[in-house]
Amino acid sequence: MAFRLRLVPEKTNIDFFRWAPVTFGGSVALVVAAIILTFFMGLNFGIDFRGGTTIRTESTRAVDVGAYRQALSPLNLGDVTITEVFDPTFREDQHVAQVRIQAQEGDEAITPETIASVEAALQAYDPAITFPSVESVGPKVSGELIKTAVYSVLAATLAICGYIWLRFEWQFSVGAVVALIHDIALTIGIFSLFQLKFDLTIIAALLTILGYSINDTVVVFDRLRENLIKYKSMPLRDVMNLSVNETLSRTVLTSGTTLIALIALLVFGGDVIRGFVFAMTWGVIVGTYSSVYVAKNVVLMLGVKRDWGKKPEGGPGGTQFADIDA
Amino acid sequence: MLQIPLWKRIVILGLCALGLIGAAPNLFYDRVERHNDAVAAVERTGVESEDQTAAIAAWPSWLPSAIVNLGLDLRGGAHLLAEVQVEDVYKQRMDALWPEVRRALVSEAKVAVRRIKGAEGELRVEIDNPEAMEKAVEVVRGFASPVVTLTGVGQNDLDIRTEGSQIIVTLSEAERTVTDDRTMKQSVEIVRRRVDAAGTREPTIQRQGQDRILIEVPGIGSAAELKELIGTTAQLTFNQVIRRSANKDEPAGVGNVNYPSAEEEGVYYILDELPVVTGEELVDARPDFDQNGRPAVGFRFNASGARKFGDYTAEHVGELFAIVLDGKVISAPQIRTHIGGGSGIITGTFTPEETDKLAVLLRAGALPAKMEFLEERTVGPELGQDSIDAGRVAAIVGTVAVVVLMIASYGLFGVFAAVALGLNISMMFAVLSAMGATLTLPGIAGIVLTVGMAVDANVLVFERIKEELKTAKGPARAIELGYEKAMSAIIDANLTTVIAALILFFLGSGPVKGFAVTLMVGLITSVFTAIFVTRLFVVTWFARKRPKTITV
Repeated sequence: MAFRLRLVPEKTNIDFFRWAPVTFGGSVALVVAAIILTFFMGLNFGIDFRGGTTIRTESTRAVDVGAYRQALSPLNLGDVTITEVFDPTFREDQHVAQVRIQAQEGDEAITPETIASVEAALQAYDPAITFPSVESVGPKVSGELIKTAVYSVLAATLAICGYIWLRFEWQFSVGAVVALIHDIALTIGIFSLFQLKFDLTIIAALLTILGYSINDTVVVFDRLRENLIKYKSMPLRDVMNLSVNETLSRTVLTSGTTLIALIALLVFGGDVIRGFVFAMTWGVIVGTYSSVYVAKNVVLMLGVKRDWGKKPEGGPGGTQFADIDA
Repeated sequence: MLQIPLWKRIVILGLCALGLIGAAPNLFYDRVERHNDAVAAVERTGVESEDQTAAIAAWPSWLPSAIVNLGLDLRGGAHLLAEVQVEDVYKQRMDALWPEVRRALVSEAKVAVRRIKGAEGELRVEIDNPEAMEKAVEVVRGFASPVVTLTGVGQNDLDIRTEGSQIIVTLSEAERTVTDDRTMKQSVEIVRRRVDAAGTREPTIQRQGQDRILIEVPGIGSAAELKELIGTTAQLTFNQVIRRSANKDEPAGVGNVNYPSAEEEGVYYILDELPVVTGEELVDARPDFDQNGRPAVGFRFNASGARKFGDYTAEHVGELFAIVLDGKVISAPQIRTHIGGGSGIITGTFTPEETDKLAVLLRAGALPAKMEFLEERTVGPELGQDSIDAGRVAAIVGTVAVVVLMIASYGLFGVFAAVALGLNISMMFAVLSAMGATLTLPGIAGIVLTVGMAVDANVLVFERIKEELKTAKGPARAIELGYEKAMSAIIDANLTTVIAALILFFLGSGPVKGFAVTLMVGLITSVFTAIFVTRLFVVTWFARKRPKTITV
């Protein structure tokens, strides 16, 4: 027999509910923690969401944040953030920094004079400096972008929920949505914890995470549906364990290939999309976890109608196990 | 059964071949791009230069030449979101209405009137004789005409109400809607003409929502440059000069305005507010030189403009007239003789570049209203190139790693999946090229992500085959069942992702939209390659070898 890489043994028989108080309970606790964290620490919104200007500087001379700040201080621009950008793909003499200027009071549109004066001030300090990218977003647009972002995440969640409801049972749809909320909350939470820049591309990443996570969840659900028909008398909890075990090798391998691709992008993809790729990498990890440990726990709690022909007597078949993990 | 009909095989292989051919031009991006540009240029101008012939010959014309567009974040360029101040037009309309209303009120209603400053876009007229109010309102009503819209039948274009001894005229709701729409169409058209005149590649100029225009111009140095080009109103008028002044606050009197000189500090001109001729009646403007060899802009009026200008100059020989651009007097020459023929030059202290630009602006016409810029982004071409290089490295590393993992896990079946992955990537590029889609930096991330996710459908099938093998039904049956039973999971899993991608596409903008497109195309091609292509490989291999047992 030829060599085969086995990430997961041929046959597994793991009880995924055994540590439910830790896994599911831990997830609940983390989600709550993420929400509280985001509420108190807030997010480091990029200019997409709060208006302002970012200027990317590049120079052959090392970045001196203090000197940049000093060069800009006579301009009275209010809140100015200067961060040096590091990246393994940079050349030896490539020094990049990001200058962020808040939206100026009372300006609906961006004044080119402000940008020009900032560029002039920095150039006076370091004549070799160039500005490979300049972005400005007015407060009017940023407000709308926030609205659109929230709508799109909500709309995607609802649409996915609706689709699952059509294809499966409502319990599955609730389970899937809880898993999605888990993924989104934890992703936003980590952006808040490390105060990573949260901009429009992160919203795109969130939506991709939604898609990926649901993909994983659906594969497990699909197998569960099949096994529910096959093993009519097996308790719901055991059918679930069986389904997850049967699909485990696939779950691990697909997450593996996706993570490999994402990690390649994270390392070699450059700093411009690092935040975006980081959100997706994190989301894939969380999403894989949630489809194994979160989605089906919710379905188990809600129970599933097993006797398709008959009317349920004394509630759906699965409810007898409902208290186990709750 | 493990049979795939011949026609199906041909269709599958044909689509794969199309994918490979369609993706090929992207490998020779620069060459194909030059070829396409040259072909387009030759078609437009009808003449072919030596360089263009070489560029066209560099890529055979029988090969497909569609390539993916590179987004601004990859190519470099400027992105602007402008809001057109549509209310400007209301004011202009009211200002234009006022002299006529005044004349009519004086002659028909026999009242003395004066205009009072009201809100923006409002014409507020006070009449001295309240008894004549009714008659006056009737006279003003005479100016209103019905608006033609799809819904607003029977609405007039003017709302007229009274307030004490004042008559207030505004544009009606229906007329505002119609006017806004016209203003936007004009603005988009004029922006397009100005950007086209600057001669850059494939600019995007789109109306967005009620009163916005999205402008994306690849290859331009900065958003500031672009703004200068499209943000200038370029309203050119020729006005009668009442007198010169040295005081910017000197009251101009009714029907007159006080404009500063563009050249001399502290010099102001009191002008008749109603222009003699406007830039709208220009048919041509080009950079020129005056008799002293200084840069100037030559212009020509259309027939009615030429007549008005001719009549005016004939009546006002010896007087000054002002050439006004965007509220500044460029020059105020003396009329020496009657100027017939309707052409002339504008002189001032111009540089040759400035006359070039002014000529472009005048030819393109004036913007009907001012624009405010809500969002602007500039990406330098080097940063874009860096991003492309980084994306390429990441894509190669990612693909190789995924292929290694697949082959290590599934052996020969993994090789099938790897070949299918290669076909999948080329089909993605083929589809994106054929769609004329724009590849953005997040789009590259989308491609790399699909590389990771694309094998998922294969993994589902292979795992399923493996399970079916355990129940010992023989390899042929196991393969068949594997495909059959994995299908519902593949469809459900991918459809839900497509839902997320669709929402991204409709609600997202710019780079995010590009990401959604690549994600969606990638999902479709990956399902196709997994369901049809690898299956074809597996089935063909199986039919040839007829192995007693298989290991997946």
